[in-house]
Amino acid sequence: MVEFLQFTLSGISFGMIYAAIALSLVLIWRGTRLLNFAQGGMAMFTTYIAIEVIYHTHSYWAGFVIALAAGVVLGAVAELVVIRPALGKPELNAVIITIGLLILLEGLAGVFYGGQYRSFPAGFSIVGLKAGSTALGVSRFDVFVAAAVLVTTLLLAAGFKYTSAGLRMRAAAFNATVARLSGIRVARVITVGWALAGLLGALAGVLVSPATFLYPNSMDTIFVYGFTAAVIGGLDSPVGAVIGGLLLGVVLNLATGYLGSQGSDLQALVALGILVVVLMLRPEGIFSGARVRRV
Amino acid sequence: MSSPAGQGGAASLTVENLVAGYGEVIALNGVTITAAAGSITAVLGANGAGKTTLLRAISGMVRPRGGRVVLDGTDRAGRGPEDMARAGIAHVPEGQGVIAELTVEENLRIGMMSWPGIAPRRAERAAALAQAYERFGLLADRRRKLASTLSGGERQMLVIARALVARPRVLLLDEPSLGLAPKIMTQVMDMVVRLSKENGITVVLVEQNARGALSIADQGVVLNLGRVVAAAEAKALASDVALRHHYLGF
Repeated sequence: MVEFLQFTLSGISFGMIYAAIALSLVLIWRGTRLLNFAQGGMAMFTTYIAIEVIYHTHSYWAGFVIALAAGVVLGAVAELVVIRPALGKPELNAVIITIGLLILLEGLAGVFYGGQYRSFPAGFSIVGLKAGSTALGVSRFDVFVAAAVLVTTLLLAAGFKYTSAGLRMRAAAFNATVARLSGIRVARVITVGWALAGLLGALAGVLVSPATFLYPNSMDTIFVYGFTAAVIGGLDSPVGAVIGGLLLGVVLNLATGYLGSQGSDLQALVALGILVVVLMLRPEGIFSGARVRRV
Repeated sequence: MSSPAGQGGAASLTVENLVAGYGEVIALNGVTITAAAGSITAVLGANGAGKTTLLRAISGMVRPRGGRVVLDGTDRAGRGPEDMARAGIAHVPEGQGVIAELTVEENLRIGMMSWPGIAPRRAERAAALAQAYERFGLLADRRRKLASTLSGGERQMLVIARALVARPRVLLLDEPSLGLAPKIMTQVMDMVVRLSKENGITVVLVEQNARGALSIADQGVVLNLGRVVAAAEAKALASDVALRHHYLGF
């Protein structure tokens, strides 16, 4: 039972990171019906920016904040420069552009920073917490990871629900035609969506890198799990993205915990299994409002 | 109903030699109509005549290939729908006006997005909502419900209420009675008349129900294959037997 609790708590920490990536994908999907395959690459790049800032300022928090700001800028610039010209064209064009952007960012990271693994500091202690003499399986940093993503998610949710800007974003996502006819500048809203997605990706990057090291491809696996979480939850559903991320994080951690080294090797297979089961039972994802008609 | 901040009240709308289409298809070929401020203009014609395209070209949903869209003396042809909405043109498209995933009140608040300035004052927003609920009492009872739960008539009421919240000077209505029961259809038509006469809103009404549209309109325009084949006072059109027989089906 104690082991189960430890694996679950630890899984929640990773799950929140998958949730952040999933949420970033959902934000873009809702606005543009596009899967941003460059999301992981953008997160990796902003994490490199963070590590450079930390190196020069000796301040983790300066790096943390700059990474988030860089994520906002990178997301907005990516949308304005490479995505917008492809919108309204065949859908595959934009998908290929995001793959190209991923290759570009990973290539640039290799050129600027080299391909070697770099350690990334944690903002808090990574020593495991205990309740009495019982190890909880999580550190202060794990708690920070979960709290940071949770707070960011709640802030975004509140913003979407209670502000005019949030209403604009929801209107544009649900019905761009009506939104435009109502005076909402949908193109601008889409840019903001990409900027917020960039912020979430950057957050995931700086939060996961202390556990995974940093290298040009370091976010690829995280992206795959984030993508899986988004599909499980439903690409249309921010709530689904968070719950999908948590579910995936906990299940993968339980698999790793109980199966030992074999579990680590089987993580991707377990994720695939969950994905297949969910897609068979509910193709639109668990929390999506959309309905898929079987033909 | 107040006019949009920074704008005048009722506005005249003139469309001159408008050409618009989709790909290689020319849907409008040199259409000219004039709608006096505060009047109702019924745009009639068979399917494929170009009625919906005319509204879409006026509101910026379709970029005209030629001609002018003049609102109170200013040519706005080629502007996007966002700019047209902010200029005071509210377009209620056929059958897709409600955002089903938002609540009734959120749908109404969408109407405020064309107001000038970034953040209208809370009191101003509240007053606009109160005015909408006063006019459409049924919506007040359902303000927290998702728009997807409304009936067809209630949805039509909601899109018209939202268009009014936008404080338009010109209201483009595309088939507002489509799919509605006769009783509800009559209510919608009465509402259109009130909007025009009481609020001075210029209404351009596209309708398949030509008889109903001409009964409330000041003037009518008949389109056929993208061209104007008749334009006259509504009563004159309604009494033209040959025209009714050839183009209006009644």
